[in-house]
Amino acid sequence: MDYEFPDHLKYTSTHEWIRFENNIATVGITDYAQHQLGDIVFVELPEVGMVFEKGSNAAEIESVKAVGDLIMPLSGEIIEINENLADNPELVNSSPFGEGWMIRIKYSHLDEKDDLLSSEEYKQILQKEIH
Amino acid sequence: MKSNIPLIFEKGFDGEQQSFVPQMDVDMVDLNEILPENLQRKDLPIPNIPEVDIIRHFINLSLRNYGVDTGIYPLGSCTMKYNPKVNEVVAKLPGFTFIHPLQEESEGCLELLYHLSKLLGELTGMDGFTLQPAAGAHGELVGLLIMKKYFEIKGLKKQKIIVPDSAHGTNPASAKMAGFSIIELKSNEHGEVPLDQLEFAMLEGDIAGIMLTNPNTLGIFDKQIKDITRIVHDNGGLCYYDGANLNPMLGICRPRDMGFDIVHLNLHKTFSTPHGGGGPGSGPIGVVNELIPFLPEPCLISTKQGIACREKNDVSIGRIKAFWGNFGVIIRAYAYILALGAEGLKKVAQIAVLNANYLKVQLQQKYYLPYNRVCQHEFVLSDQGMPNNVTTEDIAKRILDFGIYAPTIYFPLIIPGALMIEPTETESKQSLDYFVEVMNQIYDEAKSNSVLLRNAPHNTPVKRLDAVLAARKPVLHD
Repeated sequence: MDYEFPDHLKYTSTHEWIRFENNIATVGITDYAQHQLGDIVFVELPEVGMVFEKGSNAAEIESVKAVGDLIMPLSGEIIEINENLADNPELVNSSPFGEGWMIRIKYSHLDEKDDLLSSEEYKQILQKEIH
Repeated sequence: MKSNIPLIFEKGFDGEQQSFVPQMDVDMVDLNEILPENLQRKDLPIPNIPEVDIIRHFINLSLRNYGVDTGIYPLGSCTMKYNPKVNEVVAKLPGFTFIHPLQEESEGCLELLYHLSKLLGELTGMDGFTLQPAAGAHGELVGLLIMKKYFEIKGLKKQKIIVPDSAHGTNPASAKMAGFSIIELKSNEHGEVPLDQLEFAMLEGDIAGIMLTNPNTLGIFDKQIKDITRIVHDNGGLCYYDGANLNPMLGICRPRDMGFDIVHLNLHKTFSTPHGGGGPGSGPIGVVNELIPFLPEPCLISTKQGIACREKNDVSIGRIKAFWGNFGVIIRAYAYILALGAEGLKKVAQIAVLNANYLKVQLQQKYYLPYNRVCQHEFVLSDQGMPNNVTTEDIAKRILDFGIYAPTIYFPLIIPGALMIEPTETESKQSLDYFVEVMNQIYDEAKSNSVLLRNAPHNTPVKRLDAVLAARKPVLHD
């Protein structure tokens, strides 16, 4: 597989990545996910201050061939969104783990962190998905 | 074919050819007296060109059209079948075209509506029909509003609808529009609804019901269909049948017998009324006895004096479309059903399934078929394993070079790189064989000359469009 899986990030089986800093989680979609979606043309992000439960749809990611969801990896409040994506949705393709980040969450349930996957675990799930 | 046709507004404003404007035959009025100055336009650029050039302009544009009358149209999930021209003759009878629904002498038209409802009832097993919805998704919305009203009257709070991931995209959209939230069910490895997960989801308690497309978008008939409807009914829900894929079921089996309470049909797909180019469509809704009172107004019933409108009632969801729906489309569907008869319709279903399976078996020699079983009216290939990483988009664009419309691509979403093919019953074996030949050639080109595919199409008036740029930076005005 030619996809990137940075080791310092956590993952979900629905292809989100999560980076933790000072009790804040930054979330985006993985290299594999952006590759599957193809050229991304629009990202509809939630508003700052909105509160979501884990597993609910927080954002919509539209590419030329499909629409995908960003699924909340943790319950919590949206404290920041990547405003840059409004005019430059292609950042998700060119830099999924960097400038293509989507939301920052102040998460409310510490124990939900235990359900997240390591890069190695995520890689194994992907291998099964691709056969 | 001309590759670059200017807009008619870009042609001729020289003012030389003004003779075709007739003389004023009414009294002149000072414009300022009837229209404030700020609402008056300074110029009106109407092209000023000879009749022959206007004719050539529009004929040249029309040559760019592609339709079922031009060639095979294997668009999956759309049933682009040939529309017999006798339907057009019938729909243009003066008795139909020179009548207004408010005229008193409209019994003949009402009778046609009533009889078509009866025929659709016979085909689906449903007790009552409304022909008003303007298209499939409109029908879905009407069906869901009926569900909503049904539970409201019963004093039950039901807020969720179950939709499998193999359903049409309009299903969750319609449910949302009707005010429900959606629970998505993932298909199992056979492309069917997993019963254990359905049972588990129904336990949530506030489930209004399920929306099911059968055969689903993989072209697969869910063998457990009766278990599905039983589980939903046992838990107090209603079952909605998306009949967009009814073509392979005609005269073979009926949604009612599978246990469904509401069904919508697409007259513009299954019943061969012209389809595409923005409509108009027609998406009648059929319901079981218990739901008839909820049907939209006005509703036709048969009385001793003839066909009449049902009395208004409080539980009806109300009016959803002006008058009686898209009447011209309804006439065509009626003509189609009468022309074919019961035996003919059954044959439609059989040949549609035969044609799809014929194509499937031929194409799976080279292309990857993720769900490999006998299909109904359509099947889904994928670009997985294509030589030189050629994509579904490349294949679809290359198909255009051979004068064929491309299949549905990248849908259903459960198959990455999906290529969804529905030939319909109206294609001859020669036409199917040509399609196979083209697809085989494209596969070979993917191996030997993949650049040709990546830059396709080559023979069309415009080459590969930059869909990404168009979506990211659309030019919405000059």
